Amino acid sequence: MTAHTKGTGMKWVGRAIRRLEDPALVTGQGHFTADLPAEHWVRFVRSPNAAGTIDSIKAPDGAMLITAADLKAVKKITPMLHKFEYRPVGQSILADGIVRYVGEAVAAIVAPSEEEAEDIADLVELNIGATAPVVDARDALSAGAPQIHAEAPGNVILKGEVKTAGFDGVWTSAAKIVKVDARSHRQNATPMEARAAHAAYDKASGRVTLTCTTQMPHLMRTAIADLLGIAESDLRVIAPDVGGGFGQKMSLCAEYVLLVWLALRLKSSVAWTEDRRENLIASFHSRDQYIALEGAFDKDAKLLALRADVVSNVGAYSCFPTTSGVEPLMAMAEMPGPYDVQQYQCLARGVLTNTCTMAAYRGVSRPIITFTLERLMDKAAKAFHLDPVDIRRRNLIDKFPYTSATGLIYDEATYKQTLEMAVHEIDLPAFRLRQKEARAKGRYLGIGFATFSERTGYGSPAFAARGMAITPGWETVHVSVDPSGYVEARIGSSPHGQGLRTTLAQIIADELGIPPDLIKVVHGDTDTAPYGWGTFASRSLVISGGATLIAARKVRAKLIKIASHMLEAAESDIVLEDGAAKVAGTDRSVTVATMAREIYTQTHRFKGELEPGISESGTYDPPGTFSNACHIAIVELDPETGHVKVDRYLVAEDAGRIINPMIADGQVHGGIAQGLGNALLEEIVYDESGGILTANLADYMPPTAREMPHIELHHMETPSTQSITKAKGLGEGGTIGAPAALLNAINDALTPFGVEIDTIPATPQRIRAALRAAEQATKKSA
Amino acid sequence: MKPAPFVRHVPRTLQQALAILSQVAGQDGRILAGGQSLVPIMAFRLAKPAHLIDINEVAGLDRLESDGKVLSIGARVRHAAFHAPVTDNRLAALLTYVARHIAHYPIRMRGTFCGSLAHADPASEWCLTAATLGATMVAMSQRGTREIAASDFFEGIMSTALADDELLAEVRLPLLTPDAKFGFYEFNRRAGDFAMAASLVTYSLVNGKMAQARVGVGGAEPSPRRIEEAEAALNGQSPDDDAFRAAAQAASDAVDPLEDHQTNAEYRRDLVRVVVRRALEHSLT
Repeated sequence: MTAHTKGTGMKWVGRAIRRLEDPALVTGQGHFTADLPAEHWVRFVRSPNAAGTIDSIKAPDGAMLITAADLKAVKKITPMLHKFEYRPVGQSILADGIVRYVGEAVAAIVAPSEEEAEDIADLVELNIGATAPVVDARDALSAGAPQIHAEAPGNVILKGEVKTAGFDGVWTSAAKIVKVDARSHRQNATPMEARAAHAAYDKASGRVTLTCTTQMPHLMRTAIADLLGIAESDLRVIAPDVGGGFGQKMSLCAEYVLLVWLALRLKSSVAWTEDRRENLIASFHSRDQYIALEGAFDKDAKLLALRADVVSNVGAYSCFPTTSGVEPLMAMAEMPGPYDVQQYQCLARGVLTNTCTMAAYRGVSRPIITFTLERLMDKAAKAFHLDPVDIRRRNLIDKFPYTSATGLIYDEATYKQTLEMAVHEIDLPAFRLRQKEARAKGRYLGIGFATFSERTGYGSPAFAARGMAITPGWETVHVSVDPSGYVEARIGSSPHGQGLRTTLAQIIADELGIPPDLIKVVHGDTDTAPYGWGTFASRSLVISGGATLIAARKVRAKLIKIASHMLEAAESDIVLEDGAAKVAGTDRSVTVATMAREIYTQTHRFKGELEPGISESGTYDPPGTFSNACHIAIVELDPETGHVKVDRYLVAEDAGRIINPMIADGQVHGGIAQGLGNALLEEIVYDESGGILTANLADYMPPTAREMPHIELHHMETPSTQSITKAKGLGEGGTIGAPAALLNAINDALTPFGVEIDTIPATPQRIRAALRAAEQATKKSA
Repeated sequence: MKPAPFVRHVPRTLQQALAILSQVAGQDGRILAGGQSLVPIMAFRLAKPAHLIDINEVAGLDRLESDGKVLSIGARVRHAAFHAPVTDNRLAALLTYVARHIAHYPIRMRGTFCGSLAHADPASEWCLTAATLGATMVAMSQRGTREIAASDFFEGIMSTALADDELLAEVRLPLLTPDAKFGFYEFNRRAGDFAMAASLVTYSLVNGKMAQARVGVGGAEPSPRRIEEAEAALNGQSPDDDAFRAAAQAASDAVDPLEDHQTNAEYRRDLVRVVVRRALEHSLT
């Protein structure tokens, strides 16, 4: 019992307690996939060509070489959508005759050590008849472009279209049409731990245990068992400590399938640890999109209608389970963002190219649509000679529940309030004065605003609406009290840095009157955790947290019944606190440990009125709830070099009830770091032949601590009515808001030069190119 | 990301080191000092030396001393040796200022001055320093010892005048006069990254006018070098904004820019103009 809380009646939810998972991690006691010893190690031989046919693959004599020819019995990975003219395309575990991107696994070398595998792989002779690739999505749409898959003519893998009934009438009546052509270049989520897998065959049971770094262990089991044609019960998947995922680890990778196949074939253990170069060229990419967005405004700068054309480069294959609809379809569904606009037209296409397959990355599309929409609002503000804050005031949603033009239901949020809070904290008039004084001295400061909604914690109906063959959504949690009185929650979510072991323990602690450090949260093992969908899409605290609350309430009810029997008191008089059940207003009590011992070992005392043991289950499948925030960035732009320094970064955010403020702040900080990287630094660059020029962390540039500004956080708490814990998700908001705020700040700083930049990352070269063009135009006219 | 197989030799004396180098020179034998550049490129298998001659145990190569004319820097002297001034000569202040721009602290603790020169990355701060100040490279092999002027040493991207069997045993930097002015500026996108352009300048003031100006530019061309056109724009002028801008423009016009995915030729010229002017401005602080 933690002494300082004993008897105080203080709630655990809402407190910034330290994370229960951290002592092991910060003392080097964590368990990671690559720590496991193995009899065999795999090195993949990867295609150096973006497009071509495989003529021959030859390994040195005596080497164990695996190619597609060995895998005829294994099904292709074929993700499925039942809507949006989706064209299913299959992906062989190893390239079967055709290569479609640089880095695609063509063969595998199996050797007794990782080093030997790499040495042998280095000697494999790979003959590929190269053909012309197409790497840019707009090029892939053009007539005569190389076809990536015969099943998807014109390289369009899916096409979503919406148009509201009144769109045309409103569009033609608009006072002003404002347009933005936004480009988001390609990025990599860059988890600290790259991919890794270890598959071990158990000769006694014939089962294989796959330990891998994944966000969704159960779905890995389902998918891999299906592809190999084995019973799911013969495959155990363990996600041990996972060093970040950010969406990159929620898709099935072909490499993991091969590891399980090899373990079965070799009846042994086999491991693979991806290196950083492989991760940058061949793990999943993200964000590569063009969005052309137009807004129709009335004479008072009220947004009436939006028209969008989304072209999403999905790479060479479709990702499982979300499919390559994950980016373009979310862009289509959520484009209107936090603004009240009822007329909407959108065409969203997923386009296949000879590039690494695209998958989810923290924020999924919303970093791009938010940056695009927020650029549109700033351009509109200029067109109407309004302040950026004013135009947002005129357009933000303020009546709830609000049904969007695409049918999404927004629960109560604080779009206007967080804007006002952030503007107040930043002291806008003082900044404008400072900006003016700086400009007079040849220094260019800029301020950028981003207001946005973050759809979180959505259950299976949201995925069903996309027509997904697999609709993740619900979560189940089993909460039990063992005979010694300790509490254990087994969850289907699979946290990998989100602090769920701590926050779920806080939720249970309040229900059962037991401190969180006596509550164990078990996850990441398909043999011990209930079936679940894992951790992604800012869902786990809402959905798994809700399931936890449901199960914990059942356990609470059972404990009260047990106490009622043992203390011979009415259930309504029992309170649970300090690890015991007490009869209110008396000194009579019984500890949870004693009650647990009795219900397991002295069941007869309960006269058949109570079942033995304490083990309850909760399942939750909510509709979704919207978090919201306003981000403000202040930057200084060096017009001579194009360098952008972030001077100040402020966030006012509302994610409903906050379970643990420290963990919530950490999510926002980390998200902004990735968003800053997306906005300013990070870019996967392909050359025209489909080769990657950014295959190491010197060329692909995530921000370091020295690029990060101090982040000021301000909170509001609007308890969600769509979430039984009243919490909303907040895992992605930092990433969603930062590119928009930073690009608006850069463009504000560029105002005196008359140039704009609508591309992320806004690299110094791009900024200089825009400024140089303006300088040359000035020279010419002079 | 494991290096290809190699044999590591650990000589204790310079003679042993040169003897081994002579034997393995034909098999891409390489000197291993700090390993901060060589080991990563081996991990990427961009280099697959069959032999590494680890000189970290070789006595005498940690020499770092001044004879009143030059500062001699031995092959085992780490970047971090320059974190604080190594002599009371003005050169030491210059080296200390430049050193803190090199990569990150852990790298500076291992990497060596001579190793950086032998590696000859176009963006290396020490290569720029050697080229600007007119260093003398002391190359040793079993065949003997020879001195190579900086202007003859750098032959291109990661390419030098060193023969396969030669060890860059020492680099000699001329000391600066007490009244010498120096300035340095480099541009990169993240702290500690390779410079996308860098400039080191030195000059003396004679009757308020600049003389013996040296303007070095690194990171912009395959090798760092002095830009005569920029130096000519400074000599005989007062150290003011007009002269600095003229020199910066001259340097920008003179370079034949390297291009990469984040820096096209136009942008590199922009950066050269900026770094030269800012290095000159730094000389006044």
